[in-house]
Amino acid sequence: MATDIPALDRRDVVRGLLEDRGNLLVVAGLGASAWDITAAGDCATNFPLWGGMGGAAMIGLGLALAQPDRRVLVITGDGEMLMGLGALCTIAVQSPPNLAVVVLDNEHYSETGGQETATRHGVDLVAIARGAGIGDCRAVHGAQEIGPLRNAIHATTAPLFAVVKIATGNHPLVLPPREGAFLTARFREAVLGPAAHHQL
Amino acid sequence: MDRDALEMRPDAAADWPDRIYDTLKAQAVTQVALVPDAGHARLIRRCLADPAMRVVTLTTEEEGVAMLVGGWLGGAKGVLLMQSSGVGNCINMLSLPVLHRAPLPMIVTMRGDYGEFNPAQVPMGSATQAVLEAMGTLVRRADTPGDVVPVVDATLRLAFNTYRPTAALLGQRLIGAKTFGKD
Ligand SMILES: Cc1ncc(C[n+]2csc(CCOP(=O)(O)OP(=O)(O)O)c2C)c(N)n1
Ligand SMILES: [Mg+2]
Repeated sequence: MATDIPALDRRDVVRGLLEDRGNLLVVAGLGASAWDITAAGDCATNFPLWGGMGGAAMIGLGLALAQPDRRVLVITGDGEMLMGLGALCTIAVQSPPNLAVVVLDNEHYSETGGQETATRHGVDLVAIARGAGIGDCRAVHGAQEIGPLRNAIHATTAPLFAVVKIATGNHPLVLPPREGAFLTARFREAVLGPAAHHQL
Repeated sequence: MDRDALEMRPDAAADWPDRIYDTLKAQAVTQVALVPDAGHARLIRRCLADPAMRVVTLTTEEEGVAMLVGGWLGGAKGVLLMQSSGVGNCINMLSLPVLHRAPLPMIVTMRGDYGEFNPAQVPMGSATQAVLEAMGTLVRRADTPGDVVPVVDATLRLAFNTYRPTAALLGQRLIGAKTFGKD
């Protein structure tokens, strides 16, 4: 790990990744990642999670398979990703060309009091994803790498997995809507049009 | 019956797995998420042979719960196939379809249910229905071949028409229990 580089601020990273997002569909893991995408601008094509820890990447897979013409970005925490590592195998095997998973790795469970995660102790999520068979796996440390990562997310031809090392510490809460049925209905309407509410 | 495998599968003559496949087609299911069970082997083969179905083999059943919520967000209808022990792996993830009012039909082959041979299947098999119901899932059961189509059809309709997790439990009496030649 490149300790000489000042650690990135998570809100800057997420704002940078969501710049000019166009049609991008975004799923965020529970907790701080969900607050981050909301701070960057709440909208119908955001799907912030309030639970289902370990499930964010798989929601992204189901969505990417259902909407092959849209790009899907999952933004989640290291703790959330560690809870569902098998998803990296499942995603690699399915190999959707339109799915990117970005882990905001602060090496801690920030939401629950800042306890250390396994990445704090050397567990290498990039190596795990590469071992699972995901072709484009990146470790990102510097601010100058965020723009290229943003561009890569909009140009994938196979699943992309990136770990962005970020600073520890919490930001002010920026909460998305909490009503799950509302989040579903507004997202589906944005993707499928008003017909979403009449699907049989 | 196959006496070389510990897991049970239906008799080759039993065609209710094909009727389940027909029911999935009638409901326009395109995503099939699963961890294999011998009782689902014939249905899985039918789904794999269908280019209109995306069959996703999971590393653990809870992945399928999250995946099908994502599929629904994108307008795809899916089903989760697993054995009863897999229900235990899904518990917390079932919060998602409840919170998000997402259809989540599950077709569960029962173990530890009727004439079980493997003691390890009994604890989760005994708890399967209670666990599903505790997590807000509507549960229906099929124990005879004649039950299968109406129960699976009702399970799919309840999910897709009323936006919630639902489960069809296919009883071990239907699937067959391993006897190791003692019958
Ligand atoms: C199944 C489950 N276990 C534990 C929790 C408690 N929990 C909520 S957020 C969180 C930490 C998430 O850590 P991480 O994904 O690294 O996010 P960040 O550090 O960005 O906050 C935990 C453990 C939970 N919500 N669900
Ligand atoms: Mg973290």
